[in-house]
Amino acid sequence: MPVEQLKETPSQTAGPYLHIGMLPAQAGLTTRTQEKLSVLASGTVEGTRIRIEGCVHDGAGLPVRDAQIEIWQADSKGRYNADGFLGWGRAGADFKTGEFWFETIKPGRTPGQGGQPQAPHLSLLVFARGINIALHTRMYFDDEAEANAADPVLRAIELKALIPTLVATRTLRGSTIVYRFDIHLQGEKETIFFDI
Amino acid sequence: MSNLGPFVRRDRLWHPPHHAPGYKTSVLRSPRRALISLEQSSSELTGPKFGHARLDPLDNDMIRNYMITGEPVGERIIVHGRVIDEFGRPVPDTLLEVWQANAGGKYRHVNDGYIAADDPNFGGCGRCLTDQNGFYFFRTIKPGPYPWRNNGSDWRPAHIHFSIFGEAFAQRLVTQMYFEGDPLIPLCPIINTIPDTRARQMLVAQLDMGNMVPFDALAYRFDIVLRGRRATFFENRTEGT
Repeated sequence: MPVEQLKETPSQTAGPYLHIGMLPAQAGLTTRTQEKLSVLASGTVEGTRIRIEGCVHDGAGLPVRDAQIEIWQADSKGRYNADGFLGWGRAGADFKTGEFWFETIKPGRTPGQGGQPQAPHLSLLVFARGINIALHTRMYFDDEAEANAADPVLRAIELKALIPTLVATRTLRGSTIVYRFDIHLQGEKETIFFDI
Repeated sequence: MSNLGPFVRRDRLWHPPHHAPGYKTSVLRSPRRALISLEQSSSELTGPKFGHARLDPLDNDMIRNYMITGEPVGERIIVHGRVIDEFGRPVPDTLLEVWQANAGGKYRHVNDGYIAADDPNFGGCGRCLTDQNGFYFFRTIKPGPYPWRNNGSDWRPAHIHFSIFGEAFAQRLVTQMYFEGDPLIPLCPIINTIPDTRARQMLVAQLDMGNMVPFDALAYRFDIVLRGRRATFFENRTEGT
C-alpha cells in the first residue's frame, strides 16, 4: 500500500453572490464600504504607478459580469510580502459591463525555479458562478519583450501562439499608464491557465 | 518553512472538473485546453498575510454584525473547525471569509430576486483568522435552502460559502460547507460536480453536540484541508546557482 496523505478539501464554485463575503459593498451591504481592494498602491509605495483594466469573457464571447479577479504580485524591487506593500488585490467585474480594474505598481523581477529571474508579472485567480475551481493565470507586460523572452514559465509553453493571451497591452491615457488584459475562458482566444 | 519545498500537486480528479454539464453554467465558463503545468516559483510559494488589524471584533459573529432592530430570524449555530494541510500540519493565522443566505434562503445581494423575505438584521457576511493551531470559529444563523435555475427549478441544500487563503497563493481555496443530514445534498448538481463520494463527504459539517451552547446555539464541526508542502530532502539546483 502506498503512503497516503490527507486529501485536499474539494473546491466548489464561488457562486453568483460571492460579493457578500468578499466584496460586501458591491453586494449592497452597508459595512466595509471604505474598502478599496482593487487599489494596491498607497501614496508612499515606491514604483511606477499603473492601472490594469480588463474583462472576463465566456465561451460565447459575453462578459462574465459576476466574475471576481484576485491579483498577487511583488513590489517594484521584486520582493513578495515587502513591508508596506500587501501585494494582493481583488476586483469585482462591473455588474453592467463586466469590466474590472486595479491600481497598483509595476512589479519587479522575481526569483523563479532554481533562482532564474522571472519577467515582471502578476498572478491572477478568476472566480465566478460556473467556475468550479478558481482559474489561475499570469499577466505579463508587452513593454518587457526581452525579459519575457527569457522568462522560464513563458519559455516552457510549447504552443508559442498562445503566449499573447498572457501579455497585457500598454497604452497611455493622459499621464496614466494603462495595461489592458482580457481573459477568455473558452474559445479561439482562450487564455492560458496554469496547474500550479 | 525554509526546509519545505513546493506544494504537492493538486489532484484534479478529486476536485470538480471545469466542464461539468450537470451544472449548466460551467459549460461556457470552462477552458477547453488542458491546464499548463507550472513549476512553482516564489510567485506561487508566497501569499498575502492579513493581520488582526483588518478585522472588526464582530466579523466572526454573523448573528450580531448586521443587527439593527433585534435578533436575526432562524436557528442559531456555531461553526468551528481546524485548517490543516495534507500532511496534517496546522495552518495558523490564515484568513477565512464566509458568506451565506438568511434563514429563508434569501441572499442580501442586489442581484438576488428570490421571493423569500429579507432579514433586516442579517447580512450573511463574516470572516475570521485561524489561531496558531489552525482552529477557527464563527457564529451565525443556519441558512435556508433555495431554488435556482438549472434543470428547471433545482434546489440548493443549505450551505455556507468559504474562502480560505492559506500561506501561499498555491493554497488558495474557495468551497462550500453543507449540513449533515440535509436530504437535498445528494440531489444538488453543484455538489455533484465532485466525482468522488469521499470528497463530497469532506464538505459536510457534522453536528457537534459536545460544543453546542446550552439554551443558545447548536454547533457544527467543519475541518478544512489545504495543499501540503513537501519536504526538500535534497537541494535540486544546477551547479553554480
